[in-house]
Amino acid sequence: MKEILADLDAWRAEGRRVALARVVNVEGSGPRDPGAAMAVSDNGDVIGSVSGGCVEGAVVVEALDILESGKRRMVSFGYSDDEAFAVGLTCGGTIHLFIEPLDW
Amino acid sequence: MTELYERLREAIADERPVALATVTEGRNTGAKLVVEPDGDITGTLGHPELDRIVSRDAVGELAAGRTGVRHYGAEGQARETDVSVFIESFSPPPIMLVFGAVDFTAALARAGKLLGFNVIVADARSVFATVKRFPMADRVMAAWPDEVFDVYGDRLGPHDAVCILTHDPKFDVPAVKRAVATGAGYIGVMGSRRTHATRLERLHEAGVDEKGIDRLMAPIGLDIGARTPEETAIAVCAEIIANRTGHAAPSLRDGEGPIHRPPAGG
Repeated sequence: MKEILADLDAWRAEGRRVALARVVNVEGSGPRDPGAAMAVSDNGDVIGSVSGGCVEGAVVVEALDILESGKRRMVSFGYSDDEAFAVGLTCGGTIHLFIEPLDW
Repeated sequence: MTELYERLREAIADERPVALATVTEGRNTGAKLVVEPDGDITGTLGHPELDRIVSRDAVGELAAGRTGVRHYGAEGQARETDVSVFIESFSPPPIMLVFGAVDFTAALARAGKLLGFNVIVADARSVFATVKRFPMADRVMAAWPDEVFDVYGDRLGPHDAVCILTHDPKFDVPAVKRAVATGAGYIGVMGSRRTHATRLERLHEAGVDEKGIDRLMAPIGLDIGARTPEETAIAVCAEIIANRTGHAAPSLRDGEGPIHRPPAGG
């Protein structure tokens, strides 16, 4: 989260509503370790990353939804044969993200 | 409402270690605790006993530089899983001390910054140790190794690196002597195998023991055929990473023959 703090400060100063997504757990092979973070602002701007680019698009959708509902929750992305075309990590791992409004 | 964020941000900006504990599942999901190394806390996870146990664990995780999820009972009980808490450690950036204000230094300082190091460049010759020559460094010291280690020696730990590029016994013997007395995770010394052989004699004379000598990565860097200052900087940084992770990678130290050879099949 460290590397996105400066941008978060700027967004907060502008009064933007922001959702923060943090990797809290990785099973199997995953590109980023726990602590990797990205943030999405209410107009859809994105900073940071939580994978090698595999799931960021889906995270934006979830983050905007959570920003709307205000309901913070865990969201997981994995890969299985059944979901070969769904959103997942091509490296075969599963990442668990905690996504919440940055209202604290 | 923003006290937690401010607390966290200030500690990170001041390069003080700090941990952030967040309930990710269970009662009070989203509740937070900012924990400082002395056990000082801001916020609450919803129960004083849970706060006490989590802050204790967070201090330990912070000291180890670990980030991950732990499970507790609603009142902090061990071996229960009502509540999942994500404890994130924010450690100050690791330190890279670079001795010798040479061309290799500028490239290494840039590569060190890329890896997130707090880079300090030092050389006793004040004409060379200038901010103008090393604008990428966080600090440039016109100082002898002793003065540098008086400031940073006690702070060096497993994630910190000392790179001695002077290859002049006048500077590198005192630098090595002080470096091996620290907890630095990586100590690399530049110079050919011949330079290092004569340096070893001087180090023995200066009273550096075998245990200290064993810690030295010399010649410095991985054996990837690096030639330019930039390539050498990558070889050194890659060795620092391999050293920290314990992964096998061919260090120049463990090979033999000239460091610079014609390209294979060339």
